[in-house]
Amino acid sequence: MKRLMLGNEAVARGAYESGVKVSTAYPGTPSTEITEFIAKYEEIYAQWSPNEKVALEVAIGSSISGARSICAMKHVGLNVAADPLFTVSYTGVNGGLVIIVADDPGMHSSQNEQDSRYYARSAHIPMLEPSDSQEAKDFVKEAFNISEKYDTPVLIRLTTRLSHSQSLVKTSQPDEVALKEYNKDATKYVMMPGMAIKRHVVVENRMNQITEDASKFVLNDASYDDLEVGFITSGIPYQYVKEVFPNASVLKLGMVNPLPKSLIQDFCSKVKKVYIIEELEPIFEEQIKSWGIEVIGKDLLTVQGEYSANLLKEKIKNEDLNLAAAETLPGRPPVLCAGCPHRSIYYRLNKLGKHATGDIGCYTLGAIEPLKGLDTCIDMGASIPMLHGIEKARGREYTKDWVAIIGDSTFVHSGITGLIDIVYNKGCSTVMILDNSTTGMTGHQDNPATGVTLKGEKTKQLDLPLLCKSVGINRVRVVDPFKYKDLENAITEETSIEEPSVIIAKAPCQLLDKHSVPKQNYIDVEKCKDCGMCLKLGCPAIKKSHGIMVIDDTLCVGCNLCIGVCKFQAIKKAGVQ
Amino acid sequence: MNTKNILIVGVGGQGTLLTSRILGNLAVDLGYDVKLSEVHGMSQRGGSVVTHVRYGTKVYSPLVEVGEADIILSFEKMEALRWKHFLSAEGKMLVNTQESDPMPVITGSASYPTDIMEKLYADCKEVIEIDGVSIAKELGNIRVVNTILLGLLAQSMDIPKDQWIEAIKLTVPEKTIDINIQAFEKGYYHGINLNREV
Ligand SMILES: Cc1ncc(C[n+]2csc(CCOP(=O)(O)OP(=O)(O)O)c2C)c(N)n1
Repeated sequence: MKRLMLGNEAVARGAYESGVKVSTAYPGTPSTEITEFIAKYEEIYAQWSPNEKVALEVAIGSSISGARSICAMKHVGLNVAADPLFTVSYTGVNGGLVIIVADDPGMHSSQNEQDSRYYARSAHIPMLEPSDSQEAKDFVKEAFNISEKYDTPVLIRLTTRLSHSQSLVKTSQPDEVALKEYNKDATKYVMMPGMAIKRHVVVENRMNQITEDASKFVLNDASYDDLEVGFITSGIPYQYVKEVFPNASVLKLGMVNPLPKSLIQDFCSKVKKVYIIEELEPIFEEQIKSWGIEVIGKDLLTVQGEYSANLLKEKIKNEDLNLAAAETLPGRPPVLCAGCPHRSIYYRLNKLGKHATGDIGCYTLGAIEPLKGLDTCIDMGASIPMLHGIEKARGREYTKDWVAIIGDSTFVHSGITGLIDIVYNKGCSTVMILDNSTTGMTGHQDNPATGVTLKGEKTKQLDLPLLCKSVGINRVRVVDPFKYKDLENAITEETSIEEPSVIIAKAPCQLLDKHSVPKQNYIDVEKCKDCGMCLKLGCPAIKKSHGIMVIDDTLCVGCNLCIGVCKFQAIKKAGVQ
Repeated sequence: MNTKNILIVGVGGQGTLLTSRILGNLAVDLGYDVKLSEVHGMSQRGGSVVTHVRYGTKVYSPLVEVGEADIILSFEKMEALRWKHFLSAEGKMLVNTQESDPMPVITGSASYPTDIMEKLYADCKEVIEIDGVSIAKELGNIRVVNTILLGLLAQSMDIPKDQWIEAIKLTVPEKTIDINIQAFEKGYYHGINLNREV
């Protein structure tokens, strides 16, 4: 029987059917659900790691010990895991090792739209790319076979549109896969120059062999029809090609690194005009052109965002689609939820006139109107070292108007080393850890600071105050962000002293509390002076309707932040006169 | 069969995803090839969200293109206008008239348009509006707005009513089955004169 599955669920099913023993990940849209689905299989050990580098290293360990292992992350996660990636290419594997990386063309939930195929090329690792959920499942199984046959890690590239679309999948029974024997072998697993020089030869031979074999892989599928026009494509763009050009010849690349050179040469010799349809970078195009073959690609199509069937109609068929334009309307950006504990932080920072180096998480939403509470956001963990850099450039007096803002999961991911840097290099920065007891942005995953594992088991909870003290921060305070006087005092005091400090603002994400009965506040129209102070909170539940301020009773959760903001005592708790 | 194209749009957190999954699974039961394209991640924090549902004999792209939607079901009034250009010339617009102010409106840097329905009626071949929130309040449970809208969608689709009801029974918590079926019926018969045979 076939059933609908998200691309990410299909990857998880593929892992199960491949007999995977160990699965690791750090969450990141659009890859998160892969590991959440894997965790539902009792047969598989699955875990969240503090970050992608650790996740990959755990998977490498389990692979070398003989177990089939899988590790998943979003595209920028592979930057974090790039260090082990480049060298596990040299060691190869024992039990199969498959690394899933999910790119985000169109930046639905990311800070950039880098193309992970470059990693496969530069690390000399084979990479597969499925074009629907069935292939997502099948390619995982194929990836394990390739991994073990050629003694190499294998990357699978997904994109948001694949990860988060559903199509039909036929499942099968899992394979029985035994642990492989482990043999100590320093020439293979200890990468120091003497050994690595020899392994580099192995890597080159391996990739040459795969390049040769790739033209015969069923993963790479050439179908000939109209010989006037043809397409070389992969992944989701393949679907757009089929939608618009049902009769064209198509070479669908299931393996996007290394490219099947002789198959491509053959295809291009048979088909007159060949278009390369690849989202993001011209990776196929540049390689194919370097072989002296004429193809058309990025001259017509952009390196930005997602493609679509209409785009191909316009750019390749030159059709004038005469499409209706979108209406110009007020935007609807994502916002901090009503009741979010992060809101209070930005409101106070604004009031105190503080700047903030920022980081990545729900709290990044505090950068936009009306809170506008962040100055920067680069990558996970950057808030802390960046503030230190500002201090070293402009002096301590200058940074008395600054704090670094970072979430609990992000702090554990890559904030700790930044904090050590500040202590070691005699900085005085104030770091605010917004501990909402979850990894909020990616949909509420547990992390070391929540004390619960991916499988839902209780574990030793990371003690954030103790951790900060142990790296040498003497001034560590824990405050409740809803107690705004405490919060304000903490910020004022800590930013004015000549030593580093950490303020942990601790209050759970409002969405975690599924059982609480909404306690809606209301605005007493008699007392409201229409001053607009409460609107500065950027709370989606407070708005002006027909000229008067109101609280939307479908959204308010009664966090009471607005009560403290109103100078005229016009906002009241439900049931209170 | 030609591929059917349906867009379900709204505000992150409103439950558009569940509605599209119910529809997708019904189409599978009827033996169609089906693709759904969903929005996860950041937009779910109150952003503008869209789910694409396509089904037919063979479906390639998971995306409904501009100008090709047979039906748009919008959970919020302004979102209907935002996605209107996706509707085909023959398409049908189903609108929940609930208004949800986006942040630029709340902060006063933009205002909520007042001519939404006029524009929809002017540009769409067929528009059906429904005040899901009031109906849900009458039923005594604000949470059943989604099921009312599901009923409205079902009214426009050629999938037997029993199958929708079966799907609801499988999806909602057991204790809420009755109220959800009532809600579904409210949507399903919305605008239809039940006494017509009398
Ligand atoms: C290297 C990297 N990995 C993963 C992500 C995806 N991601 C963005 S924010 C975030 C976690 C946010 O959690 P936390 O810091 O606890 O803040 P919250 O969202 O709960 O406020 C993750 C995993 C990313 N952007 N970069």
